[in-house]
Amino acid sequence: MATLTYRDALNQALREEMQRDPNVFLMGEEVGVYQGAYKVSRGLLEEFGPQRVVDTPIAELGFAGIGVGAAMGGLRPVVEFMTWNFALLALDQIVNSAAKMLYMSGGQIPMPIVFRGPNGAALQLSSQHSQAWESWIAHIPGLKVVAPATPADAKGLLKSAIRDNNPVIVLEGEMLYNIKGDVPDGEHIVPIGKAEIKREGSDVTLVCHSKTLTVALKAADQLAEQDVSAEVLDLRSLRPIDEPAILESVRKTNRAVVVEEGWPHAGIGAQVVDIIQRDAFDDLDAPVQRITQADVPMPYNKVLERAAKASPERVVAAARRVLYLDPSPQP
Amino acid sequence: MTATARSPKDTAHAELQLKMLRQMLLIRRFEEKAAEAYALGKIGGFCHLYIGQEAVAVGALAALRDDDYVICSYREHGQALVKGIPSGAVMAELFGKATGCSKGKGGSMHLFDVKRGFMGGHGIVGGHIPLAAGLAFASKYQGQGRVCVCFFGEAAVNIGAFHETLNMASVWKLPVIFLCENNRYGMGTAFERVAAVTDIVEHACSYDMAAELVDGMNALTVYDATRRAVERARKQSHPTLLEVRTYRYMGHSMSDPLHGVYRTKDEVEEQKARDPITHLAGKLKEEGIIDQAGLDALDTEIQAEVEEAVKFADESPDPDPDELYTDLLVD
Repeated sequence: MATLTYRDALNQALREEMQRDPNVFLMGEEVGVYQGAYKVSRGLLEEFGPQRVVDTPIAELGFAGIGVGAAMGGLRPVVEFMTWNFALLALDQIVNSAAKMLYMSGGQIPMPIVFRGPNGAALQLSSQHSQAWESWIAHIPGLKVVAPATPADAKGLLKSAIRDNNPVIVLEGEMLYNIKGDVPDGEHIVPIGKAEIKREGSDVTLVCHSKTLTVALKAADQLAEQDVSAEVLDLRSLRPIDEPAILESVRKTNRAVVVEEGWPHAGIGAQVVDIIQRDAFDDLDAPVQRITQADVPMPYNKVLERAAKASPERVVAAARRVLYLDPSPQP
Repeated sequence: MTATARSPKDTAHAELQLKMLRQMLLIRRFEEKAAEAYALGKIGGFCHLYIGQEAVAVGALAALRDDDYVICSYREHGQALVKGIPSGAVMAELFGKATGCSKGKGGSMHLFDVKRGFMGGHGIVGGHIPLAAGLAFASKYQGQGRVCVCFFGEAAVNIGAFHETLNMASVWKLPVIFLCENNRYGMGTAFERVAAVTDIVEHACSYDMAAELVDGMNALTVYDATRRAVERARKQSHPTLLEVRTYRYMGHSMSDPLHGVYRTKDEVEEQKARDPITHLAGKLKEEGIIDQAGLDALDTEIQAEVEEAVKFADESPDPDPDELYTDLLVD
């Protein structure tokens, strides 16, 4: 067990999987000579050479498609997007080629490919560089989607993603690369589709993933000071999503707040709420609340940006609301 | 016709031409039957026929090794047949039957046969061009020596994926042949109305790539040009852009009029005078390689094969309802 940053945990997963399987290769902008825009691929070019660590031009659609073609030809590509904001240009290849290839070929072409990169807002990067894409991507049948929140989960989920014979989207948290945590050495695998309780509690369930785990944990600390015991459930995977884990927690606490970085309309939280209302309706003591990014493009100004993001304070307020701890707001 | 009187080289060439004639006739008769079946409602959705363009698929594929990759747009019935998918399996796919080459899940636009290196029909204009480079990338990575030929229409040249892919294929020296079938119209839009550069071969200059302009109404010309490109790909791992000028006699798809308002009936008739099948049949008769009786017998045999394909497709079962959820993910 070593203490690693999220970035180095991802680097370790890539290195170990490239050592394990010569068909695994990494491609993307700045992954080689530059050592990665976020240094996730540091040292890989030196270890594996330019055939397996491929610097691409800025051409997301093209190199994502070349990755898909390489997977059709029997390789296991890991395609890095400098950020998911740029991956939008490659959406045709992710959705129309990668996700559908197995199905429309009648099962002939498996698609063992990973698309990964940072997702979600960082700090003052403004509208076009501060977006959380998970609800777009998790909508698509034929894909798997993971969004690790800790260094250990980052390593374990990326290793699972690379070994998976299906297209897997790895949404890394742009603000998480520097966080540190204990990471098991060597063979550490986190199964795709399994949520994890990151903090046990009994009064309310805070459902979160990726960067919002930090938000939920801070909120749980503040709630503890107010004698509220919050359970923090980290989804880790968004497709498939761990329905039993969500239901089990809600059946215990009878109340839930769903926290996400994305916009509210048709978001991941809406899906979680649907699961809860469908299968745990009778267990609920209050309507489920959602905390999301404000329904606007991300502003540049610091004060406005802070107001737009999901914050522990907003989560605490929502938790108090589902616990009926505050008087109802006047209509 | 006395083969013994010829040199072995001449005999081989005669056999090649006879094979090409047979394949072109097979495509023509197959597509005529597909049009009939479409009119009868046995084929649904979009159905893009290849009538008029037969020499392109036939000439190009004659230059390939059996294990070379072929990948196409949605106008791919011809290539699928020539790559060796049995006509029954292709027709059954058009009919959406369980015995189709994509188990009825792909349809006319998504024919696949991985065993034969036929990597699909793809439905988004230009979307499969990067996949072709990816297949070539995989072949080179694994030292397989397999070449990939990518068929696409002239309208795809205006798509970003075309330019991104040609650039990377050239930078990375991939064994891929970009074969543009210039049939002059993207649906109902004449190429010169929407393209600043109408000689598509010129695009190769931007990417430092070898290129050739080819008469697509002559299977032998296509064969010779493709052979040169294949040699360049196989021996030097260099890509080639081929602009093959051809003509489609039918509408863009079965739901479109034969000539519509975007071209004149006279123009279509003029092009039919350059028919690739009539041309090759005439040449072979002139050279004494086949006589009229031989031609008639060949046509009768092919018509019987196509009738048999229709019968097979008609009598084949629909996919089992459980197939709806299979082939979505692999283990």
